[in-house]
Amino acid sequence: MAGILVNGTPRDLDGVPLHTNALDFLRGCGLTGAKEGCAEGECGACSVLVARPAPDGSHATEWTAINSCLVPAAAFDGQEVVTSEGLGTPDALHPVQHEMAVRGGSQCGYCTPGFVCSMAAEFYRSGRAATNGTGPAGTHDAYQGENGFDLHAISGNLCRCTGYRPIKDAAFALGFPADGDALAARRTTPPPAVPETRLHDGEAGFLRPVDLAAALRVLAEQPEAVVVAGSTDWGVEVNLKGVRASSVVAVDRLPELRGFTVGGDQVRIGAALTLTEVERRLEGRLPLLSALMPQFASPLIRNGATLGGNLGTGSPIGDAPPVLLALEASVVLASAEGERTVALADYFTGYRESVRRPGELITEIVVPLPARTITAFHKIAKRPFDDISSVAVAYAVDVVDGVVERVRIGLGGVAATPIRARATEEALEGQPWTAETVETAAVMLAGEGTPISDQRASADYRAAMLGQSLRKLFHESAGVPA
Amino acid sequence: MSTLSQRPDNPVVGEAMPHESAALHVTGRALYTDDLVQRTQDCLHAHPVQARHAHARVTRLDPTPAYAVPGVVKVLTAADVPGTNDAGIKHDEPLFPSEVMYHGHAVCWVLGETLEAARRGAAAVEVDYDPLPAILTVEEAIAAESFQGARPTVARGDAAASLARSAHVFEGVTAMAGQEHFYLETHCSLALVDENGQVFVQSSTQHPTETQEIVAHVLGVPSNAVTVQCLRMGGGFGGKEMQPHGLAAVAALGSTLTGRPVRLRLSRTQDMTMTGKRHGFHATWKVGFDEGGLLTALEATLTSDGGWSLDLSEPVLSRALCHVDNAYWIPDVLVHGRIAQTNKTSQTAFRGFGGPQGMLVIEDIIGRCAPLLGLDPADVRRRNFYVDGQSAPYGQAVRHPERLAAAWDQVSAIAGLDARRAEVAAWNDAHEHRKRGLAITPVKFGISFNFTTFNQAGALVHVYKDGSVLINHGGTEMGQGLHTKMLQVAATALGLPLPKVRLAPTRTDKVPNTSATAASAATDLNGAAIKNACEQIQERLVPVRAGLPDASWDELVAAAYHQRVQLWAAGFYKTEGLSWDVTTMTGTPFKYFSYGAAVAEVEVDGFTGGYTTRRVDIVHDVGDSLSPLVDLGQIEGGFVQGAGWLTLEDLRWDESDGPGRGRLTTQAASTYKLPSFSEMPTVFNVALLEHAHEDGAVYGSKAVGEPPLMLAFSVREALRDACAAFGAPGTSVELASPATPEAVYWALERVRSRAPAEVTA
Repeated sequence: MAGILVNGTPRDLDGVPLHTNALDFLRGCGLTGAKEGCAEGECGACSVLVARPAPDGSHATEWTAINSCLVPAAAFDGQEVVTSEGLGTPDALHPVQHEMAVRGGSQCGYCTPGFVCSMAAEFYRSGRAATNGTGPAGTHDAYQGENGFDLHAISGNLCRCTGYRPIKDAAFALGFPADGDALAARRTTPPPAVPETRLHDGEAGFLRPVDLAAALRVLAEQPEAVVVAGSTDWGVEVNLKGVRASSVVAVDRLPELRGFTVGGDQVRIGAALTLTEVERRLEGRLPLLSALMPQFASPLIRNGATLGGNLGTGSPIGDAPPVLLALEASVVLASAEGERTVALADYFTGYRESVRRPGELITEIVVPLPARTITAFHKIAKRPFDDISSVAVAYAVDVVDGVVERVRIGLGGVAATPIRARATEEALEGQPWTAETVETAAVMLAGEGTPISDQRASADYRAAMLGQSLRKLFHESAGVPA
Repeated sequence: MSTLSQRPDNPVVGEAMPHESAALHVTGRALYTDDLVQRTQDCLHAHPVQARHAHARVTRLDPTPAYAVPGVVKVLTAADVPGTNDAGIKHDEPLFPSEVMYHGHAVCWVLGETLEAARRGAAAVEVDYDPLPAILTVEEAIAAESFQGARPTVARGDAAASLARSAHVFEGVTAMAGQEHFYLETHCSLALVDENGQVFVQSSTQHPTETQEIVAHVLGVPSNAVTVQCLRMGGGFGGKEMQPHGLAAVAALGSTLTGRPVRLRLSRTQDMTMTGKRHGFHATWKVGFDEGGLLTALEATLTSDGGWSLDLSEPVLSRALCHVDNAYWIPDVLVHGRIAQTNKTSQTAFRGFGGPQGMLVIEDIIGRCAPLLGLDPADVRRRNFYVDGQSAPYGQAVRHPERLAAAWDQVSAIAGLDARRAEVAAWNDAHEHRKRGLAITPVKFGISFNFTTFNQAGALVHVYKDGSVLINHGGTEMGQGLHTKMLQVAATALGLPLPKVRLAPTRTDKVPNTSATAASAATDLNGAAIKNACEQIQERLVPVRAGLPDASWDELVAAAYHQRVQLWAAGFYKTEGLSWDVTTMTGTPFKYFSYGAAVAEVEVDGFTGGYTTRRVDIVHDVGDSLSPLVDLGQIEGGFVQGAGWLTLEDLRWDESDGPGRGRLTTQAASTYKLPSFSEMPTVFNVALLEHAHEDGAVYGSKAVGEPPLMLAFSVREALRDACAAFGAPGTSVELASPATPEAVYWALERVRSRAPAEVTA
């Protein structure tokens, strides 16, 4: 029997339609604290806590906040979930709930249960330690509390009432879990095992194979199956576009897709590691990839989304491809027939199309070492937190003795696929790294791609931002205050 | 001091306390309309069939194929309406239209056993359309003379003559976008039929009485056959003042026809594509200044984008015209208003209700013209403030204008404005590609419904035999803390500790004929009505108390019951001293004005146009605060929402001639961005204006819901200041609204290329 442990109570999954997301499932159980605000993972009103493997790869458990509206309920088979109702009661508030209540952190209250869950995840984050209010580099950081609370943890939650200041104060007023806190204690034991799941509701099936071989067999038999990891893209298709699949195959917990190895000349990243896990395990070894992470959607998304998924959907405005293009990454594709490695520069073939064949699965992303000396990720969007790029530009540059020796520039949002700025790269290589060179190249870069006008930005602005981005990179790399 | 405004000793009002439902909010126990579905047996779910044309005639509608979809129970069409097929108060909003008036207009609704069944059924309904030409923008409407409703004018003196003799005259155009409410809770109604045909509708509505009236006239029954209840809303902001009615009517109609409860909850995209928003405005203006920078005259024409139907566009326009002066004395004024009819959602109330749009015109004028006068915009603002004895262009005396100056001077001091101007200038000199900007702006906002009739309220106060108290009033709770304040008012008026008082949900069979919870006036109106009810009870208890001087409240109440003293009362209040002549646009529409001032500092990235808000300081006038934590929350939240409107939130429609013409392209949270943590000012200081007792309102307080939104003009003007720092001194900067990073970038490009501004001397 399939089921989920919700706030300590087993809840049966059998008979639940398979397009039902975890949010609707929980609400159907009478747990109406989690709300639907947008149904596309943008507002966080549906945030709940899930017991997941600690992102550092240890055997511990981390209470991880995710958007329950995006994930099929079936994907939680065998898992442990905690909602706002499970954290505390009006008569016995959880510390997070107490701080939110007394500091005016709720007005209409609709976003509040989601905020409480996101905040609780950060409250329980194993690595959180008191600081003196300074950021990682010792600089003052308005988003870092003296209690080590990182406000970015709740940046995927929207509030329309408060203006956020009281929510920030609540977050920064939190202490640490008390002795005997059951959720804190739960972190020290391994997360729930991942069972094989096979559910069918008469119309559609949900499958979670146990290993890569089983997954590839399924995909060979059902090449039309929708492959999901964090379901952060598929959930939007289901909720907003009404797309339905006959078969959904979950690959996010396949052990073969969750490796992470650093060798002398490359880093191999499992395609199903969440972005949160990738960020933690990189430990800054690939500064460009680390620069991307805080700008990629929100923690609620990064706790589920994967590099494999970002490349698998092939969106031209995904933020990982420009970075991975600049890093000259390759993808490993596996199928029942075998395995092949494709340079990412050769991977995309058209709008949301790639060389990946039906039945093929992205298993790893391979990034060569050493990293370039000058790297930067410039994301142009309306909102700094949790927005979709109008334009994204990733740079990996080696300047030796004042001359550009090697440069790779990845672009997103200016063509039907993510692209490399090859003409600009050629114009830069071998030239002195000077304002004159950069100005010539910036004009060229502004002409790369075929940007369009849409609701996010005009074509003119997109083109202008390409050139401006290179000028900005030069100024910042020259160490001159902008 | 009036008896209305006077506080007793040790009042519960004035105490800072959390929202009355805070413990329920944080534990997920607070119930919203859609949460009730889980507690309702055999509920049906409603899904609309939305047209994909901006303007078209429906030539055929065949629901038959929907009935072939498993789980579809009923398709609701115009033929099912027993009463009037209309959802508006102006009788211009057919509930089931034969003419599609905007992209996304619902032509019929499908009821299913599950939402999935209803959705599939809606997709199966066959509709044929005959497309018609569509008008999308205000400019198109002006060119086509597509207007609707009244065309009011506010006039004083002889603006033309005054302009002719002014030392400086400037002309320009100011356009501003609308704003999506994006309450986190989308519209929801849950209807069921009780015993004897009584229809009970739970609705996320700011105006239960009007929802009741529309449901009744669609069903063809009197109001006494319909009860509307609103537990609470997950935000309203004006978006649930008019817009819930038709949705409630569909649910009620479905319930009466099937005999089963019907839930109608809009998805975010349905909500954004079907319901009205803040009006965008277009203004042409001609302004005069004297040699000293004093305003002499203003001629302007304000055209609002009303969308397809009138809705609340007329009163919104009235408020815009009544706020075009903001805080400034303008001797001669001639301001015309008109409402464009466009093929969009019917634009509606949104926090400020036209006030922000009117005020933005004069703030934009000053921001653009001050450099051309060679003056600091802050000086121009300050020297044009109203002073005692002056009146607004529509004739009302501006009372307490010294509080405007007090707020301005206090916030200048708190913000260290003078010292920081020098710091910012020095910082800008040291940075070529990043510039900081600093600005201070004022707010004066009139409180009361412009339409005098609406300034009335009722309340019901029950004292039970055990001494516990239950209150009920006509206002709705949407997060603004109204119920918190009402509990404090009742406890104060009865002399009881807060836990003795409980508040029952707002419903039309308790307090009838209520006004919308709107215009920031709900506390003034309902608070006074509750106070009135409590005082009736207190008066009846006086003789009982005389015989029992030492009795506790509970003993007193028990004794009163045995003496057959009526222990409940209906309270009523109407705001005195108001008048409004809608034809001449003159009178005294407001009980008082709320004042405030804000200082904002921003930093702009010259490469991209991106920016951050570094610091905001606010001093705002809430009278003697009834509930300081609530008021602080309203000020901060209103400010950030205003900053969202002015800088970030960017509604876009497909204005092309392609097949998608008229489609809202920002119809989800992924494309329509509202402020998040990254828009919160890094430093955010808010102080309440002291010595601010308001004699004309309950316990000396003032309204707070809307006025702080307009403090956000300071952010827009700070962005203008930062943009100017990229150019030569005295540069006049034109900034689009919203001032998105892209808009700032283009403003910067104009500044850097020294293109001549459109403002001409």
